Amino acid sequence: MEKEKKVKRSVYWNPYFGGFLLGLVIIFTFYITGRGLGASGAMKSAVVAAVDAVAPEHAESNAYYSKFITEEGSPLNAWLVWEALGVLVGAFVSGAISGRLKLKVQHSPKITAKRRLVMALIGGVLFGFGAQVARGCTSGAALSGMAVLATGGFVTMLAIFGTGYLAAYFFRKNWI
Amino acid sequence: MGPLIPNGIIPEQWDFVIAILIGLAFGFILEASGFSSSRKLVGVFYGYDFAVLKVFFTAALVSMIGLYYMDYLSWVDITQLYVHPTFMASAIIGGMIMGVGFITGGFCPGTSLTGVAIGKIDAMVFTLGLMIGVFIFSEIYNLISPFLTRGDYGNITLDESLGIPADMIILAIAIAAIAAFYFSDIVRGKVKKVFY
Repeated sequence: MEKEKKVKRSVYWNPYFGGFLLGLVIIFTFYITGRGLGASGAMKSAVVAAVDAVAPEHAESNAYYSKFITEEGSPLNAWLVWEALGVLVGAFVSGAISGRLKLKVQHSPKITAKRRLVMALIGGVLFGFGAQVARGCTSGAALSGMAVLATGGFVTMLAIFGTGYLAAYFFRKNWI
Repeated sequence: MGPLIPNGIIPEQWDFVIAILIGLAFGFILEASGFSSSRKLVGVFYGYDFAVLKVFFTAALVSMIGLYYMDYLSWVDITQLYVHPTFMASAIIGGMIMGVGFITGGFCPGTSLTGVAIGKIDAMVFTLGLMIGVFIFSEIYNLISPFLTRGDYGNITLDESLGIPADMIILAIAIAAIAAFYFSDIVRGKVKKVFY
């Protein structure tokens, strides 16, 4: 009984159900705000705010940071920051309901936790850089772009997943 | 008619409340679908778990069919919706860099946030990496900015790019997605199971 309960608790949603609800959220977002979802934009705002706090002169003279610093000194993309805070809370609630709250490094048994963390850091740096190049990530460029048939959204989606498949062979020992 | 805030039907002060509510739903759905687990996410690249393919394309289809239908019913003016601009060179190169980042780090920005929320240390390190990546980009921005505007097509949509009506494109994507769902189940049946 105890074991059965434990197995049941870790089960995820049916992917088509999750995808359907996510689609409704995207429709709702466009219907209300006229724009799509985003995720990497919040990280950009965090970096801009941090650099602006530590070295304000540098931030203002830099051509990229200065685009996102408003006159009051707060990063422009505040909408995405509020949305990201909502994501954190929403995910926490879902994890709490399903008994998935646990401080841990998740990795394949074939690699060490340290290796996993090093790869996570490298992957994060690449993803953060790439998302700035493409002006959005899987959420803002690919998913929200596809919802309104933006050509760039489809191109970026194909580039992300196509390259993922091409590179998967070389990284297989980290995962399987 | 929608979009509601740009047309003044909902006052702009509600913008941030709505941002939090949308974020709540977004984060809950991603986590409940298992996207807080990097090993589940990368399953799509090794054939042992196709949740990413199914969630992502179902969401894309529901949203494009829904928005175009709402436009047809005059509930929303689709021409007022923000279309992500297409800069061909940076869309391809940026996507490729993200693809390598995905298979290396096991997350994307939104999913890593859901991992952070439930205590995944690898997701926290990935998120730190994201910020370092943004920082590096910003510091070398002057160096690479000429490249970033190559192949500027503006806010172009697929029907304009291909010269095919939007409804035909959506129908083709729907058929392709259903075929992909069908074949992903066949592949999954043949690939060695991975437990995580």
